[in-house]
Amino acid sequence: MLDNFPLWPERASSLAANVDALYIFLLIVSALMTTIIYVAIIYFAARYRRQQGVRAEQIEGSTPLELTWSIIPFIIFMVIFLWGAVVYFKGRTPPRDSTEVYVVAKQWMWKLEHAEGQREINELHVPVGQNVKLIMTSQDVIHSFYVPAFRMKQDVLPGRYTMAWFRATKPGTYHLFCAEYCGTQHSAMIGSIVVMEPAQYETWMSGGTTGPLSATGEKIFAELGCATCHRTDTQGRGPNLQGIFGKPVLLEDGRTVVADENYVRESILDPGAKIVNGFKPVMPTFQGLVSEEQLNALVAYVKSLSKPVGAGADAAGVKPAVAVPPAGATSAPAKAATKGSQVKQ
Amino acid sequence: MAMPNEPQGERTNYLNKEYGVWSWLLTTDHKRIALLYLMSVTFFFFIGGFFALLIRLELLTPASDLVQADTYNKLFTMHGMVMVFFFLIPVVPAVLGNFLVPIMIGAKDLAFPRINLLSWYLYAIAGLLMTHCMLTGGVDTGWTFYTPFSTAFTNTKIIEAGLAAFVAGFSSIFTGLNFIVTIHRMRAPGMTWSRLPLFVWAHYATSIIQILGTPVVAITIVLVAAERLFHLGIFDPKLGGDPLLFQHLFWFYSHPAVYIMILPSMGIISEIIACFSRKRIFGYNFVALSSIAIAVLGFLVWAHHMFVAGISVYAALIFSFLTYFVGVPSAIKVFNWTATLYKGSIRYDAPMLYAFGFLGLFTIGGLTGLFLACLGINVHVTDTYFVVAHFHYIMVGGVLMAYLGGIHFWWPKISGRMYPEGWARLGALTVFIGFNLTFFPQFILGYLGMPRRYADYSHMPEFQVLNVLSTAGSTVLGIGYLLPMLYLLWSMRYGKPASDNPWNAAGLEWKIPSPPTTFNFEEEPVVTWEAYNYEELDAPHKEEVPVAR
Repeated sequence: MLDNFPLWPERASSLAANVDALYIFLLIVSALMTTIIYVAIIYFAARYRRQQGVRAEQIEGSTPLELTWSIIPFIIFMVIFLWGAVVYFKGRTPPRDSTEVYVVAKQWMWKLEHAEGQREINELHVPVGQNVKLIMTSQDVIHSFYVPAFRMKQDVLPGRYTMAWFRATKPGTYHLFCAEYCGTQHSAMIGSIVVMEPAQYETWMSGGTTGPLSATGEKIFAELGCATCHRTDTQGRGPNLQGIFGKPVLLEDGRTVVADENYVRESILDPGAKIVNGFKPVMPTFQGLVSEEQLNALVAYVKSLSKPVGAGADAAGVKPAVAVPPAGATSAPAKAATKGSQVKQ
Repeated sequence: MAMPNEPQGERTNYLNKEYGVWSWLLTTDHKRIALLYLMSVTFFFFIGGFFALLIRLELLTPASDLVQADTYNKLFTMHGMVMVFFFLIPVVPAVLGNFLVPIMIGAKDLAFPRINLLSWYLYAIAGLLMTHCMLTGGVDTGWTFYTPFSTAFTNTKIIEAGLAAFVAGFSSIFTGLNFIVTIHRMRAPGMTWSRLPLFVWAHYATSIIQILGTPVVAITIVLVAAERLFHLGIFDPKLGGDPLLFQHLFWFYSHPAVYIMILPSMGIISEIIACFSRKRIFGYNFVALSSIAIAVLGFLVWAHHMFVAGISVYAALIFSFLTYFVGVPSAIKVFNWTATLYKGSIRYDAPMLYAFGFLGLFTIGGLTGLFLACLGINVHVTDTYFVVAHFHYIMVGGVLMAYLGGIHFWWPKISGRMYPEGWARLGALTVFIGFNLTFFPQFILGYLGMPRRYADYSHMPEFQVLNVLSTAGSTVLGIGYLLPMLYLLWSMRYGKPASDNPWNAAGLEWKIPSPPTTFNFEEEPVVTWEAYNYEELDAPHKEEVPVAR
């Protein structure tokens, strides 16, 4: 019976149990409050049903009572708020050791690219137990990346990156939905998350790729001539990009910003927006010249320039817990690579 | 019950004073304008309801078979637009508020009778625009008009639909303005603020939101139109705009708009519960001030619609925190209504059944609001059927139950006829059962992860059982809404003539004839009693009737 009528979706991420615990707590609180109110109403309605010769007793009100039923609910509300905030904070803070997947949403399709270079469409393969950070953007309207089994949802906006993360805890195939209405085929913008055992995942990953995303980015970096100004010494007309990712950058107007994904993105598309202290606004915009996928590759490349050598992560930003195919392994074109070649840009 | 006093047909009243189309279309009588609104909002309610029925029928099966995806998208968009802008926002203030606020405070009319008529004309123009828009293709953005889909991608009739909402907004602003001035300036001698019926307090609070909030959505619509027509970069990132800015502006109005819908309904509930328990509302001051508190706090919580939209974690924390504050005054109201029943003398007439229904459904709607305000849970359930169920519990379970209760309660005053009590109780019960059957399964569906606005769920057949339940419930609900429509129309001709005060209720509206004369009062009333003086009404000779239980 209950198998046919589940009350919650599968719990397949590290966050799911936290969310469900909070949900059950709220269900209990609500059931209690509902019971109190319903029982009171039904009891009063029956007990004080109109009778001949008996009139109502007028009661003006009671400030102590008013305070009681304001303050007690408020305290309960604050418990809910704080607990909810803790769970939310956890769900919004990608751990540092996450592998990265770049997501590009478009009407009506999900394009996913692993930092290691594998490309997928409407399907994302991940290993159990690995923290995965999603760096997402949209080519057109607002979409929303929603995996009920992970209790995870994040809107995907055009013109910027939004982030999300999860750690899958149970192998299986789970629904991926677009949760923000995005036009005609909104309900067809669905896919699946395939969670695999690490060994299986390794096999899957050993399919050929064009190399890690950062290597692709390096190529684009060279092709676009970025290195002409962004030199690795101090003589360039643009800032040296070595080691800047994730660090604070002092701007010309005195502000300091952290060089995160959105900063790198903006600096490529709208270079005049934030000029680094000591440089001139000479860089032309690359708006319209690079696709979302190329931007992702460039961001991955800039990011790779900051990875400490030998600190347990390689250039593609992959956690060593998962075996990574050697960069540039291009054996028999496997599923991912074939799919990748079909990606329209 | 009080006896019907004299034959009703003979008296001159606001209904039989003049006949003919022009006597209605050019009237400045707030009661006639209320009836114009009654007819128009009822028309739109059934249009919106028809869309809802098609939506439910489509979702009966997982595949998109009854209508295609494009049509489905237009159906939920127009269901939302019609119900929000043309039914829920005007329904209580423009019908019952229009009819009752002046009478309840002892005035002849609203402060600006002609602006009142203008409000209805604006509403009618907006309604015609909306109808034209629907007949010539409609809109497919969802009633929320999210950018850049609405400004740069859809090729449906955004401008026309936006214009309809824009014009309807001015109708709403004028109504609010009229109420505020009327309540400030036209109270009868002795009708102090602390003697105002809570219905009037609720309308006062509502009016504040109408005049402060509605201009913001009007501006937002203009900006959407400007971006769509002239490609000004406001919301579209390709033009240098910010799509989140739209959501902030939209919800800055549209969240308070929820309170425009629910506050007047809360006013109705206070009147009904007081009358049918023969008691002054418990904690009058707290109930009155909680309306104002809701109106003010309601402006500070808009971004709780945007917890996964890409706002910062810290902004989300602040808006979640503030949202819990607005929960308190709502809770205060529910507790006070419940406490009013204590030691009352309660009758279960149809209006009271609707009030009980309101309490039951609003409680669930309010409590599920706690889930949505809770950040950790919001991420999972936002944009799913959980949200759909939640706001229907508030807007349909709350507003519509209260409105139907109010229509029954004041029907004798409005029409001069009694409605058939047995049918009315059956109707109230049908609505309550149908409503729960329709919307309760959607909470479960939402937690299971079914996203809203999905035309097709063929890849998720596991969602079907709950959808079938919901659709089955919606047919019961539909019958529940048709019933009152039919017997109320019937009663206008065949109903028992109503006495001036069939409920023996307190309040100035019950001291004048049913239906009232054009200027409501023969001479200006002087108020010497507190609101809800049921003690005096029921026991002029106190010592004769025992109180003891």
